[in-house]
Amino acid sequence: MITINDIQSKTLTDLFEKYPFLPGFFEEHTLELNGNLDIKLVNYLDFLDEEEEQENRAMDKSQVLGSMCTYIDQMLAFLGEDEDDGVHSITLLPGTNKSGEAEQFGELTIKKSEIVCIVGPTGSGKSRLLADIEWVAQGDTPTSRSVLINGEAGDSKWRLNSGNKLVAQLSQNMNFVMDLTVYEFIELHAQSRLVEDIESVINKIFAQANDLAGEKFELSTPITSLSGGQSRALMIADTAILSKSPIVLIDEIENAGIDRKRALDLLVGEEKIVLMATHDPILALMGDKRIVIKNGGIHKVIETSDEEQNLLSDLERMDSVVQKMRNRLRQGEIIKKEDIGF
Amino acid sequence: MNLVTVSGPPSSGKTAVILKTIDSVQKRGLKVGVVKFDCLYTDDDILYEKAGVKVKKGLSGSLCPDHYFVSNIEEVTQWGLKEGLDLLITESAGLCNRCSPYIKTVTAVCVIDNLSGINTPKKIGPMLKTADIVIITKGDIVSQAEREVFASRVNTVNPGATIMHVNGLTGQGAYELSTLLYDDKVEVKTLVGEKLRFSMPSALCSYCLGETRIGESYQMGNVRKIDLGDKK
Repeated sequence: MITINDIQSKTLTDLFEKYPFLPGFFEEHTLELNGNLDIKLVNYLDFLDEEEEQENRAMDKSQVLGSMCTYIDQMLAFLGEDEDDGVHSITLLPGTNKSGEAEQFGELTIKKSEIVCIVGPTGSGKSRLLADIEWVAQGDTPTSRSVLINGEAGDSKWRLNSGNKLVAQLSQNMNFVMDLTVYEFIELHAQSRLVEDIESVINKIFAQANDLAGEKFELSTPITSLSGGQSRALMIADTAILSKSPIVLIDEIENAGIDRKRALDLLVGEEKIVLMATHDPILALMGDKRIVIKNGGIHKVIETSDEEQNLLSDLERMDSVVQKMRNRLRQGEIIKKEDIGF
Repeated sequence: MNLVTVSGPPSSGKTAVILKTIDSVQKRGLKVGVVKFDCLYTDDDILYEKAGVKVKKGLSGSLCPDHYFVSNIEEVTQWGLKEGLDLLITESAGLCNRCSPYIKTVTAVCVIDNLSGINTPKKIGPMLKTADIVIITKGDIVSQAEREVFASRVNTVNPGATIMHVNGLTGQGAYELSTLLYDDKVEVKTLVGEKLRFSMPSALCSYCLGETRIGESYQMGNVRKIDLGDKK
């Protein structure tokens, strides 16, 4: 634990060298850094001793110093995590449905790079299941389910640590709202994740996103003018590569402007656990298993059979027929009976 | 009785978050009440009543809403005790982003939304920086990356806070929040003698007293002039 005494008599130059992420803290606290940095932290903050300045800036010295210590501790912990500390699997242990009846499964373990689909009508309890996972339920949520991480009772750090969320979410309603170009957007995200080689991460995400998107876009394209498919492609590539969350929840991926198969391959390739709420037969069959939810509880868990797997190629053929027709329409062509092809 | 103060910029989703959270608290058999503080108008009290919650509202009118809050919080606490509440939640809007109605010994929750922009955390003063719990709303409509960047900015200005995402429409996250708001070992009886976490902005000038005319000769008291850089 860093204490105020550890930092207050060091100079800003020394502190920034030791903690390269610290200037971000000054920036967010609107503490200007354009003067002499060879000044001791405690002296730099002297201006806050003046009551008027303290009231104008709405901050006091001890609060700023205390926050700074907490921040340094958090960031050091964040940087110190290595792959081995990561999540290799999650296990769901049954609870009850809305009527208090026991859920119909023994134990469900989902490993890295597995895709599990979640099916069930609206309001059946899909969100609750996800919330149980995110909260690492210990029999203490309305469903009484328990969630194990790597086979053990979950660490409560997942509950309250904002930089370390267990679940990243991608849904149909999501939009970009920032006024930034694709480049600036990925850069900002990478900075917040304390990435060292930002440039190569930007290039990697950009290349992957363009690979998934039907229509290409540039690094200089404003994110708010990307099409639906392009946005989804960028969100998926960015989540796969930059988000630290080991689990990705996808709420449907619309079948337009994005290669869904490759999108899933990318997530799986980045060793994510993929949970996907979908009723699209192609996506559902791409999953290794699917969880059926009824009346607030898990009704059953179905493994995708070989027979279903075989159907997938037929479904993909049907899908490509529709896709081709869509492209022909876009090009201003006429659609003919032969296009259907069967 | 437990007391929780919730504040946040207008339209950030305070009422929606509180309503969804109360739902979970009530299921545990606890009696909840809300006091809504606002400036000119609110009909949120009707929403609370519909949810079966004891509610009072206070409109500050011509006074600063947060000053009004502090002047009334003890009376409100006594009302809650008289009603036999287990949990009393106060809701107030942080209209100028400078004030915060947080009291040192009382759980303080700040609600802000993802749509407000990533520079918002640095614009908000003690209302965000001194909160115990920060709730981020509207996460269902922005990208994962924007959620992460926003949360990390919030964390930078208030590293000690518990930061949670709550969806005010679906209630996702509200159950989890409810577990942090009630502790049966806590018993608030009076706030007399307790202290605010941070002083409120001060102003006592001619305009506070009803002056409407513009011009230096009408300005008296605590007046400050903008720095346009032309000072000699």
